[in-house]
Amino acid sequence: MDYLRSREDFTALQKRLYSDYNADIPTIIIPAGTCGQASGASDLVRTAQREIIKRKLQGKIHLRITGCHGFCEMEPSVLIEPAGTFYPRVDITGMKRIIDALVRAEVVEDLLFVDEETGQKITRQDDIPFYRHQSRLLLSQNEKIDPLDVYDYLRVSGYSAFVRLLTDMEPRQVIKEVKDSGLRGRGGAGFPTGLKWEFLSDAADGKGKYIVCNADEGDPGAYMDRSLLEGNPHSIVEGMLIGAYATGADQGVMYVRTEYPLAIKHLNNALKQSRALGLLGRNILGTGFSFDISLVKGAGAFVCGEETALMRSIEGKMGEPRQRPPFPVQKGIHGKPTLINNVETWANIPVVLKNSVQEYTKIGRMNTGTKIFSLVGKIKNTGLVEVPMGTPISKIIYDIGGGQSGKAGIKAVQTGGPSGGCIPEKMFDIPISYESLAQAGSIMGSGGMIVMDENTCMIDVAKYFMNFLKDESCGKCFPCRKGTQRMFELLDDIASGRGTLDHLKTLEELALVLKDVTMCGLGQTAPNPVLSTLKYFRDEYLEHIEHKRCPAGVCKGLISFTINDLCTGCGACVKACPEQAITGEKKQRHVIDQDRCSRCGACRSICKFEAIEIH
Amino acid sequence: MVTLTINGLKVRVEEGMTILEAARFVGFPIPTLCHNDGLSPYGACRLCVVEIGQEPKSKLVSSCTYPVEEGLTVRTASQRVLKARGMIIELLLASCPQSKTIQDLASAHGVHQQRFKQEYEDCILCGLCVRTCSEQMMAHAIGFRGRGENRSIGTPFDISSDVCRLCGGCMYICPACQLRCTYNQPQHAICNACANLRPPCIEKEGYNNLMCYMEPCVACEIK
Repeated sequence: MDYLRSREDFTALQKRLYSDYNADIPTIIIPAGTCGQASGASDLVRTAQREIIKRKLQGKIHLRITGCHGFCEMEPSVLIEPAGTFYPRVDITGMKRIIDALVRAEVVEDLLFVDEETGQKITRQDDIPFYRHQSRLLLSQNEKIDPLDVYDYLRVSGYSAFVRLLTDMEPRQVIKEVKDSGLRGRGGAGFPTGLKWEFLSDAADGKGKYIVCNADEGDPGAYMDRSLLEGNPHSIVEGMLIGAYATGADQGVMYVRTEYPLAIKHLNNALKQSRALGLLGRNILGTGFSFDISLVKGAGAFVCGEETALMRSIEGKMGEPRQRPPFPVQKGIHGKPTLINNVETWANIPVVLKNSVQEYTKIGRMNTGTKIFSLVGKIKNTGLVEVPMGTPISKIIYDIGGGQSGKAGIKAVQTGGPSGGCIPEKMFDIPISYESLAQAGSIMGSGGMIVMDENTCMIDVAKYFMNFLKDESCGKCFPCRKGTQRMFELLDDIASGRGTLDHLKTLEELALVLKDVTMCGLGQTAPNPVLSTLKYFRDEYLEHIEHKRCPAGVCKGLISFTINDLCTGCGACVKACPEQAITGEKKQRHVIDQDRCSRCGACRSICKFEAIEIH
Repeated sequence: MVTLTINGLKVRVEEGMTILEAARFVGFPIPTLCHNDGLSPYGACRLCVVEIGQEPKSKLVSSCTYPVEEGLTVRTASQRVLKARGMIIELLLASCPQSKTIQDLASAHGVHQQRFKQEYEDCILCGLCVRTCSEQMMAHAIGFRGRGENRSIGTPFDISSDVCRLCGGCMYICPACQLRCTYNQPQHAICNACANLRPPCIEKEGYNNLMCYMEPCVACEIK
């Protein structure tokens, strides 16, 4: 790899890469992030490699293994460039047929994506509703880049924003550009990024400022940061380089949770490559600007995503928050001024500064830019969705997500992870922005979006998140440690039929105090799941308390299973029951012994005749 | 010097003071549990919260950690503060009802009952002992372990510490569990750390369960 000594070297390399690349050669693209590999992308990669070698197609067909493209429901998928053909859920034989067809410049009709609504086959990826309604500013790069190859990133004009700023612009100007762009932190709180940078830039002179990439993504069901780390690690490195140049920081830290081994591998590789190219290290491109990034692995605590806890964890101490002030910008890692931004914020920086800022500010309504959401739960098209700010929730759920996955209608969506809240279906027309979500009692958070249908009990949901939070609270601050535990106890009482109206009153009182009084972001947002469900689904709470009934049929203490006339006596449920609670003669209606029944629901899921009812 | 308003009173105090120090300096009482003048501020018990700023943008912060700022408005006993404090005391009472300190706090703040499941815990994890051990005794013999519900204080791997000098500083400073070393003979309690003559440990089965770090106890010499 050439070591770049000046801007001319960089431009020459870029020119060479552009001219060497022939975009007309058909390329097979296989998304193989963690999610892709889990659904079998590695098999496809092996098959494709074997077939290409066996048929001596090297040079005629290219193979590109990339990070996740976002459409996780349809993985393992294959995308063909330059035609843009999309094949969902491909198996090994399918892969062979795709290569066969590609040699003859044809399309495998029966493997194409079928639109369930119209029943028509869709060839091109861009025409699929899931992709058509998005504006994929960040995620679309994942398709074009092999994350292990820096040249791929350079080919999509990667690092050019950084090099341009480094040679043409003063740090102050860079900060002004970021401020003008209106970019706000994508990690949850939405603090204006440019302002944060200015604080660090203004912090005491001298060496030893830190900038940190917070990649401790811990919300259940959220994985947009992972896909960026795995699919496009260089964009984050470039974002941090720009940040360092603008603020005068000379050390960078990436704090990645250890549960993301593939992301760590790709990041380490990216750091190695950019060092080899001379884009990271001492005297970058001969300008005298020096900056290097080290990688720190987290040890699996949710609270380490909170910035003061994260800093302590980087220092090698126990990950627990401390009271601010002093803010990290005043006193951070090892006492030095520190700036912490989320993965998605850093990945946005090169996009913001690549073209003119005016162009970027045109994207989105209310707030600027796009936001990636991880759409999961009871929805047809699960996956990563990138939409401009200001998009109504209904568009994400119905147009992109395709609506409910089962028979039951959609009831609510939970945004912002365990610290977020539930937004009911009747409010789905609110646009997505930091303010409007906060007004609705939820938060933007890092971008988790869990869809719930009529079969989801809101008390159970609140209980689930409270259980998560009581385990993940660091335990330093007393009201958070005890408060989350007490809220869980109260919710558990309500869910198991021991609840009274006093429970509800205490719960609400406690939740409001916790929001006010706790030390860090975890505790302050911990009551959100309770408060938002209490606000929008109070009747469900009352149903549990007054009538001892769980309308969704979830809370085990309040439901019972019975077998109705539809039972054919097949005996499947008898075998499935772990408690031996079901008895009955063959071909006769069976009976459930209520005393033995543990309400696990195994019989209901195995019964083919819908003979098992929940009361 | 910094000028700020505490409960409507204009106060001039030295820069670098915390709100708690400033308020106490001019005579406004703020209850604390995890604070000790000789130790670094910790901000964990949240009893010392005060309301700062103008409504509706005011917020609650722990006064023991918040440094005074020019022009700051502080209310040490607003409705919001009292409500929060009451709830914290209620939570404390639900966990450690046997502690004299907590009983006193409850009675001073008019908290007469608690509405949660009653627990009898020995420790509220205020961290005073950990800080005494490391900051005053320079021993670092005990520390925090685990997180959330499983957080506890102890020596690494519960092995008797080599660096512990059996000074008893941890027991002296503890606001909740002061009676650990009296075992089952409260009348023989010569450890002066406690004023509570009804120790919770009478009902406890044995000395080993009392997570006392003193082996033997320097005060009452129980083996």
